[in-house]
Amino acid sequence: MIIVTSHDNIIIGLEIHVQLTKLKTKLFCSCSSKYRGAEPNTYVCPICIGLPGSLPVLNEKAVEFAMKLAIALGCKINKSMYFFRKNYFYPDLPKGFQITQYNKAGGKAFGDGGKVIIKKKSGKKEILLNRIHIEEDPGRLVHKGSIVSSPYTLVDYNRSGVCLIEIVTEPVINSPEEAREFLNQLKSIIQYCGIADLDLEGSVRVDANISIKGHARSEIKNINSFKEVQRALKWEIRRQKNFIKRNKLLKQETRHWDDSRRVTVGLRSKEFEKDYRYFPEQDLVPIELKKSYIEKIKNYLPEMPNARMKRFQNQYGLSEFDSEILVMDKDIADFYEEAVNSEKDFESKEYKLLCNWLKGDISRWLNLQNKKITDTDLTPIQVVNLVKLIEEGRITGKIAKSVIGDMMLGTPIKKILKQQGKKRIADEEKLSSICKKVIQENSEIIKDYKTNPRALEALIGKCMKETHGQADPKITRKLLLEYIEK
Amino acid sequence: MAYEIIDEIKREEITIEDVVQSTFENINKTEHKLHSFVNLYRTEALEKAKKLDNKLKNNEPVGDLYGLPLGVKDLICIKNKPVTCASNILEGFKPPYNATVITKLIEKSDGICIGSTNMDEFAMGSSTENSCYGETYNPWNLSCVPGGSSGGSGASVSGGQVLAALGSDTGGSIRCPASYCGVTGLKPTYGRVSRYGLIAYANSLDQIGPLTKCVYDAALLMELMAGFDEKDSTSVNLSVENYTKDLKNSIEGRKIGIPLEFFEKGLDKSVKTKVNDGIKILENLGAESVEMSFPHLEYTIPTYYLIAMSEASSNLARYDGLRYGKGPSDLSGDIFDVFSRTRGEQFGKEVRKRIIMGTYALSAGYYDMFYMKALKARTLIKNDFKKAFERCDVIVSPTMPTTAFKVGELIDDPLKMYLMDILTCPVNLAGLPAISIPCGFDNKDLPIGFQIIGNYFEEKTILNFGFELEQKLDIYKRSPPVIGGK
Ligand SMILES: [Zn+2]
Repeated sequence: MIIVTSHDNIIIGLEIHVQLTKLKTKLFCSCSSKYRGAEPNTYVCPICIGLPGSLPVLNEKAVEFAMKLAIALGCKINKSMYFFRKNYFYPDLPKGFQITQYNKAGGKAFGDGGKVIIKKKSGKKEILLNRIHIEEDPGRLVHKGSIVSSPYTLVDYNRSGVCLIEIVTEPVINSPEEAREFLNQLKSIIQYCGIADLDLEGSVRVDANISIKGHARSEIKNINSFKEVQRALKWEIRRQKNFIKRNKLLKQETRHWDDSRRVTVGLRSKEFEKDYRYFPEQDLVPIELKKSYIEKIKNYLPEMPNARMKRFQNQYGLSEFDSEILVMDKDIADFYEEAVNSEKDFESKEYKLLCNWLKGDISRWLNLQNKKITDTDLTPIQVVNLVKLIEEGRITGKIAKSVIGDMMLGTPIKKILKQQGKKRIADEEKLSSICKKVIQENSEIIKDYKTNPRALEALIGKCMKETHGQADPKITRKLLLEYIEK
Repeated sequence: MAYEIIDEIKREEITIEDVVQSTFENINKTEHKLHSFVNLYRTEALEKAKKLDNKLKNNEPVGDLYGLPLGVKDLICIKNKPVTCASNILEGFKPPYNATVITKLIEKSDGICIGSTNMDEFAMGSSTENSCYGETYNPWNLSCVPGGSSGGSGASVSGGQVLAALGSDTGGSIRCPASYCGVTGLKPTYGRVSRYGLIAYANSLDQIGPLTKCVYDAALLMELMAGFDEKDSTSVNLSVENYTKDLKNSIEGRKIGIPLEFFEKGLDKSVKTKVNDGIKILENLGAESVEMSFPHLEYTIPTYYLIAMSEASSNLARYDGLRYGKGPSDLSGDIFDVFSRTRGEQFGKEVRKRIIMGTYALSAGYYDMFYMKALKARTLIKNDFKKAFERCDVIVSPTMPTTAFKVGELIDDPLKMYLMDILTCPVNLAGLPAISIPCGFDNKDLPIGFQIIGNYFEEKTILNFGFELEQKLDIYKRSPPVIGGK
């Protein structure tokens, strides 16, 4: 019996298709690529539905976008760029071929090689890329109900011709967690390039090749979000391990990720043993990518996450851990920098405080609401004000936490405090009576305190509750201690 | 001649309405014998004629083809008019847009489209026998083919139905019918005329060009239809010369290349004699002939058919019956069964054969042996021309090795039919311009075509040579028996 335990026996390669959602128009026609939510088959023209006689015209902006990513990933950009046809029949493919790039049969990918650095517990690892290339997206099949029970299939060509970038890794990923980490880093780089918003539904599709060393590999198709990748890989590894355990022979096959049932399903081999008959697309002429053009794009490229992380550590004295969290999401990092730089007197203490608020309560709120910071009305100045108010002792951390929700909706903190009457209670007389009351009502805790000094925290909590969190914790602590000692 | 009619209209000696009326009268007299047209637009043509007549009355500016009736091969898209490529699979398809040549000739230059002309299905053929509408007949001998694939255009011009028609030339499809029907046909340099709206057969070879009664008319049409088009990436951004102005330049001292291989195998004796007579005329006009070798001519036919069929297999993949055309006869089975049924039933035999052969040539394992090898041979053929043009201004040869053959004569001998293209298709493989003009008749009184091949974008030169030869020969006005000529 073979028992597979080490992750290093797992070999994963990914093919990631990313829609360049920041492009205004499709890859080969002037139809808008912002098709989401539109009536089916309204964002179409003779070119993207492949009417006879129509011809593709390359969107130059798409080349620029691909170039940005290729530079950011460290790919070697091929000087001459040309397209190939990938021939196959499918209802969502109106021309009967997809215009794509190819690195065989005399073709060249847009960019070869490149890498993404990921963090592991044991240190850093380079995920090597094989290539990236540009291609057009097919249309979309819409089923009534489930794919199995639907009496018919509808085709929506709004998506047809939208520009995709395919990123192919080498088979160097050794665990689902590594895959996840790689995709997070990739997503961040793409966001920094300003070429796509991968949070948009359907903007990402992943195919994964996965095998256990010494056994046949399977290709999992149709994983429709980065989050699902880890899940699909985990499931498939379990399936393959079980096969091996039971001494069954794994066969090389294509499987489909069913994200509702969360399993991979084998496909009839007939459907996928395809010969795509790649050959040059001669309706498009080769384009020479001049060095000066590549240099120009390079100069316009913003600072990439890795460099920014290092700068955050140097410039703001943040830890590697903190700076990475801030930097991963470009919007958060931009927000942070605007905040720290809006106040001249801020120093490392405030830098750290601002970071804590962003990566803590604010991020938590965004996650819960499934929103991006740019979707909210929160401004950097407001967070700066929040930190200042805490530092000046005018509000407590607890109050601050309680007003985050309202601040996210755009209400200035000072206004919230005024409306809610929330202010720190620092008046010793007022606090004395509250402390006394709490001590009287909680004789059990007082008893406890004799043997367990940490019971004091419970008392402070009670005082906070009495004052709706407005009691100054330092003064309350001091007063409580005084009274208990008495 | 077309230019004469346009002048008469402009001088108000005749109205456009009269011209269009008499065009349809001529068609009525001969169409049942020739069958050149697949669709006629009498009502619209007359309406447009009246509108155009008013332009002159109102002193408005008029276009350069003012009122000229034109036949258009049934694979050039005209907005909201049926276009079928003489195939059942496109039955009912009406493109929502105009081909660029239609915009230029009909909309901007005030030409009038009077109908679409018959052709071999998807331009695959040299006889116009492979049409879902049935054959077209040669005006010089109704039992003979008109040549193909633009046989309807050739027959309609030759048979006096129209003075000018548009064709397309992939391996000789303009020049072959021009030769067989005794008219002028010009295949432009690849990239000289926009292919936007031309339904592709083999997209790296296809070009649209004119078929006319005389060289002057061909020059006039070329002047108006050539030029860069942003909708066709393969169209070349070079200014268009004034072809009609340069027709009468002296050819004294200019060099005519005579590729010996073009005069060898399978040539009718009368063809050889008349073409040699033509060369003598050019020599008498002061041109110098230079004999040269064209070593790779023997590879031309396999190279041409491999490339054309490979491209066709991909270009014709879009006809699956899902979005336009006749649609499936029966919906049983899965989507691939439905696609196969539609394509099996609605493509003609020749088209099916070429798709299958092209698919084979592009398949894994055969690609290098067939398609790649054909691309290499294509380069050799290009180089033969390149070398030749270092020594001459034009290359001359017969257009077709024989005169028109009998309807049905070669239908069961496809190889012999394919070999008919040997002198025309090298020109397409190299992407050069060439013109065919009538240079005499054989003993059966069938016309013989004289081919003049030019260097890239030297349409001016081949028109110039063609015009000189045509004027000296003075046979271009001869009418075929179908309209009372002898
Ligand atoms: Zn479009």
